[in-house]
Amino acid sequence: MTLFGYRVPMMASLLVWCVVWEIVGRLDLVFLLPPFSDVLAAAVGLVQTPSWQSATVTTLRAFAMGMALSIVIGVPLGILMGRVKIADDLLGMWVNIFSSAPLSAIVPVLMILFGFGEQTIVAAVFLFAIWIIVLDTRAGVRHISPSLIEMARSYGASRAALYTKIILWAALPEILAGIRLGLIRGVKGVVIGQLLVAIVGYGALFETFSRNFRMAEFWALTIILFAFALLIAELIERAEAKVEYYAGARQ
Amino acid sequence: MGATALRNGPSPVPAPIDSIVEVRGISKTYGNVEALRGIDLDFPRGKLTSLLGPSGCGKTTLLKIIAGLIRADAGTVAINGKRVSAPGPERAFVFQDFALMPWATVTRNVAFGLELRGTNKAEREEIARRYIAEVGLAGFEDKYPHELSGGMRQRVGLARALSVDADVLLLDEPFSAVDEQNRRKFQEDLIRLRTNQNKTFIFVTHSIEEAVYISDRIVLLSPRPGRVSQIIEPEIDRSGDPERIHRDRHYLDTVEEIWLGLKQYVE
Repeated sequence: MTLFGYRVPMMASLLVWCVVWEIVGRLDLVFLLPPFSDVLAAAVGLVQTPSWQSATVTTLRAFAMGMALSIVIGVPLGILMGRVKIADDLLGMWVNIFSSAPLSAIVPVLMILFGFGEQTIVAAVFLFAIWIIVLDTRAGVRHISPSLIEMARSYGASRAALYTKIILWAALPEILAGIRLGLIRGVKGVVIGQLLVAIVGYGALFETFSRNFRMAEFWALTIILFAFALLIAELIERAEAKVEYYAGARQ
Repeated sequence: MGATALRNGPSPVPAPIDSIVEVRGISKTYGNVEALRGIDLDFPRGKLTSLLGPSGCGKTTLLKIIAGLIRADAGTVAINGKRVSAPGPERAFVFQDFALMPWATVTRNVAFGLELRGTNKAEREEIARRYIAEVGLAGFEDKYPHELSGGMRQRVGLARALSVDADVLLLDEPFSAVDEQNRRKFQEDLIRLRTNQNKTFIFVTHSIEEAVYISDRIVLLSPRPGRVSQIIEPEIDRSGDPERIHRDRHYLDTVEEIWLGLKQYVE
């Protein structure tokens, strides 16, 4: 699912794999793998069903809420850790553990805490996405040239101005990179959360399709999810390109 | 207790009549490295004073203490007779590495000091444009720092310092990251600027030639611990062609004299 950038070559090789899929599917070797054209047809049918539409709304809403929370909390937390040594000493270890831990194992615990509903999904997205945002923001803040901060102080910047006019902007390339990686992890969170809860949104659909061996629809749903993850990563990458010019020029 | 006893050692020269910056008994220690010990200095109003010395003599530390960016362990700094311990509007700093905001245009960078003071946008951009022209960057108002050469970036830094209309300009090796040709041009411009602007400049450099070329007064610092070892006032006529100064006898003699004084500190 974590497929990064490189659009053009990936698209080209993707075509080759689609053709291979079609051939293997038509040969009828494995019943789990229907021909690609069937999957596409299933996708077209699927997006017209009310169950898919309501599942998509539920999923997107949980994803958006989880991401908003992890950005709103993660960026300030990262800035705090980048600026205040005590905060860094206290929290650094935990952030590092959580960012590399197998978080799927915690999702059942979330279910106990938040119940079998949307809240668990939001919590799962948050839990998957926030750590990399914190880490990247912290790294960005750490890399700010000290003279830029001295400059702001020497021209009389208040504490608020120092953060909003200098620190946030100077760390922006890293913050955006963190958010992009966080979004990709958030997609994982939303899918894993829904699969485990299994009665909400896409999780319920996946459950239905795989239980009933409706493989074409199963794959169609998978492809839609992949495409969604790629699309948002691509959108953030566009935003990153806009600040890229000064990420390199900073010094 | 005769006057001779007081004169022993590198004591400060008697205070000039009108000094804008007064430094008294400044000491600073980093860990177990004594960067500055008992610095007493007066900076005359409207003059360019250089702090010159080998690396490790604490000249940048002293400048940043005057700027209020570093806190001294002991001693006081007074500007216009008022004790200061934090940055203030009567001082403006020019940084060795320019310290420009890469996400902002030349105009916004130059106007940044005014922006922090709450000057309205139209007014501060008007002032910024004037100083951008003053430092010879007219036409580059909407460029970003990465589109400029090192020399041009430092001109932006200088324009920013001028635009806040501070009495004292503090320059921390402003030309050390600028290439040789640009540096020469920049030094000439600084001499011209000084006569136009009627400000006090405190200039940190490790280049003897640079110090003698531009300074009214040179404070020589000796290293470990940083102390004032000598104060020199080169009497060079800077009114004419700036190119001529480099061949001026007095200029060459002063450079030589300072070099002989500093040689002992260079391994």
